[in-house]
Amino acid sequence: MSTADLPIRFEDVTIAARAVSLLDRVTLAFAAGEPTVLIGPNGAGKTTLLRAAMGLAPPSRGRITWGGDEHSAPTHRAIVFQRPTMLRRTAVANIRYAVRAAGIPHARHKREIEALLALVGLEHAAGRPARRLSNGEQQRLALARALARDPAVLFLDEPTASLDPASTKAIEDVIRAVSQRGIKVVLSTHDLGEARRLAGEIVLLHRGQIVETGPASAFFAAPQTAEARKFVAGELLV
Amino acid sequence: MSENASALQLVLTGDPALVAIVQLALLVSLSAVFFAALIGVPLGALIALSGFRGRDGVIVLLNAMMGLPPVVIGLAVYLGLSRSGPLGSWGLLFTPQAMVVAQTVLVTPIIAALSRQTIEDLWVEYRDELTAMNVGPLGRVATLVWDARFSLVTALLAGFGRAAAEVGAVIIVGGNIDGYTRTMTTAIALETSKGNLPLAIGLGMVLIAIVIAVNALAWAVRRAAERLAG
Repeated sequence: MSTADLPIRFEDVTIAARAVSLLDRVTLAFAAGEPTVLIGPNGAGKTTLLRAAMGLAPPSRGRITWGGDEHSAPTHRAIVFQRPTMLRRTAVANIRYAVRAAGIPHARHKREIEALLALVGLEHAAGRPARRLSNGEQQRLALARALARDPAVLFLDEPTASLDPASTKAIEDVIRAVSQRGIKVVLSTHDLGEARRLAGEIVLLHRGQIVETGPASAFFAAPQTAEARKFVAGELLV
Repeated sequence: MSENASALQLVLTGDPALVAIVQLALLVSLSAVFFAALIGVPLGALIALSGFRGRDGVIVLLNAMMGLPPVVIGLAVYLGLSRSGPLGSWGLLFTPQAMVVAQTVLVTPIIAALSRQTIEDLWVEYRDELTAMNVGPLGRVATLVWDARFSLVTALLAGFGRAAAEVGAVIIVGGNIDGYTRTMTTAIALETSKGNLPLAIGLGMVLIAIVIAVNALAWAVRRAAERLAG
C-alpha cells in the first residue's frame, strides 16, 4: 500500500454550483492515522468534501493537494458512494472488474478476489447478480471493490445509511479491519453513535463550513462551539 | 385450391424458389445488421461519452436519419456504385454485396442512435464509479457496451426489422434479379404485381414468422441474461 496521496490538504477551498457554495473556504488536512469522521446535518457539505478529496469535484477556489501534488491521479484512493452503483454483473465479477481496473497482475487476481470476498463476508453471494443483493450486501461489495485498489485512503459516504443494525455492524467491522491495516478512512455520517464508535478525529460541518474539528474524545467530551454542543446533545442543527 | 392454401403448401413443402429467396434475404439483412452494429455501436458509444461542440446537432441529425426513406438511400448508394460513380470500379451494382451496403447505410443510424441513448443512460449511472476507479476512455466504452449488451439487442432487432422489411433500397441497387438479388420483399412486390399471389403470400408468411422468431429468441436471451447478470 502506498501512502503517496497523504496528507490530503484543503487550502481555502470553495466549491460552488449555480452560485451556491457547497463548500465555503474549507481548510483542513487528512493525514495517516485513525478514521476521520465528517459529521453534520444533511446538506452540510459532507458528500461534496468527500468527492473533492477523491478528486471528483474540482474546487471553484483554493486548492487541494494529495501528498503535496495538486494533479495526482486517483490511483491510491478509493471511494464508496452512499448509493453505490453495482455493475450489471455478478458480485464476483464486480470485484474482478475492480481488481483489473486497479492494474493488479492477472496471476494474483484469484487470490485477491477470494481475499476481498472473505474480508467483506460475501463468499456465499459471489455468483449472484450484484443488483439482486440486499442494500447491506451491496455496500459490502462496494467496499470490496474500493479495497481492490489497495488504497492509501478510503472515503465512505454514509456507508450505513438506512441499513439495519446487523448490516451496520458488518460494515463497521470491515471499516475497523481496514483501518487497522493502515488505510486512512474518512467517512461521513449523521449518526452520532457511529461517529462515537469509529472516529479518531471529528470534523463537524455546517452549511459548507467547518465548524469544529479535533480528536473525537475531546469533541464528544467538551465541544467548543454552540453548533457542536447542539449536535452532540442531539438537537436539530438547521 | 385457394391462394392461401397454395401459399401454405409452398412454405410447408420448402419450395426451392421460395427457400432461395428467403436465404438470400436473410443473408443480406443479417450481414447488414452485423456491419451496421460494428459501426453503429461504437459510434453511439463515442457520442454518448463525448462532450464536443455541436454534439446536440449530431444527435438530432442521427435521430433524424433513423427515418431516412430507403429509396433515397438506395438512390445514393446506386449513384455511388454506378459505373460513373466514385466506387463504380468495384463493380458491385446489382449484386447482393450492393444490397448489403445499402441496408448497412439504412440500418447504421438506427443502431447508432439507439445505442447512444442506451449507453448514455448507463453512463449516467456508472460515471462516478468508473471515474473513481480511474477507468480510461476505452475501458469505459468497453464496460458500457458490455454491461448494456442485452439492451443493445433491442437496437440490433430494430435494425434487423428495418432491413428485413424494406424494399426501396435493395430493389434499386440489387435490381431484383431472379435467382441472384431477389429478396423476400422485392419478390413479394414483383409477384403481387404479376398476380402470382401464392408465392407472394407464402413469402409474406415466412417474413412475418422470421421477424416474430427473431424477436422471441432475443427476448428469451435477454430474460435469461437478466436472471444471470442482474
